[in-house]
Amino acid sequence: MTDRPRAAFFDVDGTLVRTNIVHAFAYFAMNQGTILGTAWQTARTVLSIPLFLATDRMNRKVFNELFYSYYRGQSEDRLETLSEELFEEVLKPAVYPGTPRLVDEARRAGCRIVLVTGALDFTVRRLAEHLGADDLIANRMRFVQGRATGRVVPPIIEGAHKALAIRDYCVREGLALEKSFAYSDSFSDYPMLAVVGHPAAVNPDARLARVARAYEWPVIRTEA
Amino acid sequence: MRDPKSLRRFYETTEGIVTIDRDSPPRVLFSGEDLLVEDLPVGTKVIYAKPPVQGLPNVKAAIRRAINQPEGCDPLHALLRPGMKVTIALDDISLPLPPMRTPDVRQEVLEVILPLLEESGVDDVHLVIAICLHRRMTEGEMRRMVGTRIFDAFYPDRYYNHDAEEPGGCVQLATTAMGEKVIVSRRAAESDLLIYVNLNLVPMDGGHKSVGTGLTNYEGVKAHHTPHHIRKSHSYMDPERSEMHRSVDRIGRAIDEHVNVFHIETTINNRMFDGPLDFLMKREEDYVELDRLKLHGMRAMLSRLPAAAKRKLFHAVPAAYEVIAVAAGRTEPTHAKILEASWKQYAVDVDFQADVVICGIPFISPYNVNSILNPLLVQVMACGYLFNFYRGKPLLKKGGTLILTHPCSDAFDPEHHPSYIEFFHRLLPETRDAQVLERKYERELAENPTYVHMYRTGNAYHGAHPFFMWYWGENGRQHMGKIIAAGADNEHVPKLMGWDVAETLSEAIDIARSIHGRSAEIAMLHVPPILLTQNLR
Repeated sequence: MTDRPRAAFFDVDGTLVRTNIVHAFAYFAMNQGTILGTAWQTARTVLSIPLFLATDRMNRKVFNELFYSYYRGQSEDRLETLSEELFEEVLKPAVYPGTPRLVDEARRAGCRIVLVTGALDFTVRRLAEHLGADDLIANRMRFVQGRATGRVVPPIIEGAHKALAIRDYCVREGLALEKSFAYSDSFSDYPMLAVVGHPAAVNPDARLARVARAYEWPVIRTEA
Repeated sequence: MRDPKSLRRFYETTEGIVTIDRDSPPRVLFSGEDLLVEDLPVGTKVIYAKPPVQGLPNVKAAIRRAINQPEGCDPLHALLRPGMKVTIALDDISLPLPPMRTPDVRQEVLEVILPLLEESGVDDVHLVIAICLHRRMTEGEMRRMVGTRIFDAFYPDRYYNHDAEEPGGCVQLATTAMGEKVIVSRRAAESDLLIYVNLNLVPMDGGHKSVGTGLTNYEGVKAHHTPHHIRKSHSYMDPERSEMHRSVDRIGRAIDEHVNVFHIETTINNRMFDGPLDFLMKREEDYVELDRLKLHGMRAMLSRLPAAAKRKLFHAVPAAYEVIAVAAGRTEPTHAKILEASWKQYAVDVDFQADVVICGIPFISPYNVNSILNPLLVQVMACGYLFNFYRGKPLLKKGGTLILTHPCSDAFDPEHHPSYIEFFHRLLPETRDAQVLERKYERELAENPTYVHMYRTGNAYHGAHPFFMWYWGENGRQHMGKIIAAGADNEHVPKLMGWDVAETLSEAIDIARSIHGRSAEIAMLHVPPILLTQNLR
């Protein structure tokens, strides 16, 4: 039996909070600083919803690339400032009631707490601090001269790449992958769940619930 | 007035043991949620439970008498002071089995003592279900146990399940001379008075075990829930010969030194079935046409239902238990009175040990009320409870063969028993050695944050619980030469347990005879209802 330390990897959207990356983006879109800017960005986002839905259904990677391109031209300072408000107004109230206890229990078990999310790092950094996470694995926006390029630093953290990121993290930090835990709500995170020794489905979607039943993974509810 | 035919059978209907003859009717055995009807070899001794002891005519009067004339202390009303902090701890849904008809005896006790507390100016009263590492009871189960009026008045702020994983929720009061940590719920420890309302189903329950295990945490219960303690218990249904109870008693005495504990103990008779299932309380010799009709009707219905529906059906039928004794006061004298009543109901004298013992495994155990009797629980019923249903010498000779009837399906309830799944599919294939399992893996599963969360917020047994279930069968496993699962629907589950498989009971008996010879002494423990063999020779 290995004595190496272990970690608990938590997906964020739908697992720890009831929001998703669209909520964050919508918040930024509706807070552009000028009425015209807000109106334009909001209208552009609303009109793109069918496109988002279609690409999300087709390919999550393409969806993410498309989605993050809508950040192009935003000022880094403004995004950082708005992230603070985003946390207070959107994310904090959306934390599931059972989330703090789940994270605390993992910490009490001696696990390093790591959030793994396809969201942009500046949008969830405050949430990670709030939950007492030790580390954050998230997508990073590429900025040039203080402006968002709309492209994230590859590889995009989603699906199979979450599993890869977790594996790399464990190797880098000397953690025991087979003794570590992973928590997610979505079937799209199946690779992340399958890569650790102790996966668990949290408020799972229908496909993940079926997988959890088939593999007899524990199913946790944190909504109530 | 008995007719001559009945008179001829009078001996058979009053003795606890029936010896199978050539014209004996077949026996009825449980096989999970099914009923088997099997012919047994001539000479097989079938051991039956005693008839139910007459219930108390007025339970509330008996409760009042017990608390007004308690054992070894002042009456309850004399212990109460206005403004004091009182915790009332209650046994959980694992007692009795199946759950009794309402009103549950715990409700009756509460209906007597809560008005007394109120009249005495005691307002700070919490009702805590002493689940230790068992699953939390659901809201519906909690309501059923205490009745709607009490539930509405106390739930959820003042009527809740004990949480053995709440940070700071338990305190260590002392350490015994043997190094056992004495840990109890902080609320109970800080109360001016702790009233424990218990329901003794079998002699293993109650006494110091109530507070010492019910209101402690993993570290507390680990003191005696070990393979070592179970191996040295002969049996754990007989507290005087149980190493586990010796440890529990040391811990309990230390608790009594620090906490003002007032016990209200109750026990019930063995009237587990009545109405359409009342034939299960009878010997097959005593069946009348109506009983045979009920048996065949029940079997026909069960054969047409899927397993989940059969389970639902059996769990929906509450038992017709009646309260036969109530005692109150200090821990040990109170418990002694209840144990006496319990033995009076359950002890069946036997003067032999068998080479082969046959047991039907029923649909229920203390750990699967409203859930599945999974393979680990089948194991705990066979090697744990049923093997330990003895006082003095075990019914089975050392090295003998136990034949159990159960399908042993590879089915687990992921909400109630998530850690059992990992134990069974990940750990048991590696080793069946209880000591190795304890050393290598117990703490890992006990501290698994997923299981801790499911225990605290869902209805899951604690991560350490499957280990305790495995240890629970340890003295049985050490004693038995072979275990044969008759009627198992697969081979891998019995194989993982280290058992043999037979398609039918008669095939299992043939296998056992091939080991012990044609003259092997065969006995059948006709349970449920519960009985304990007593062989003090």
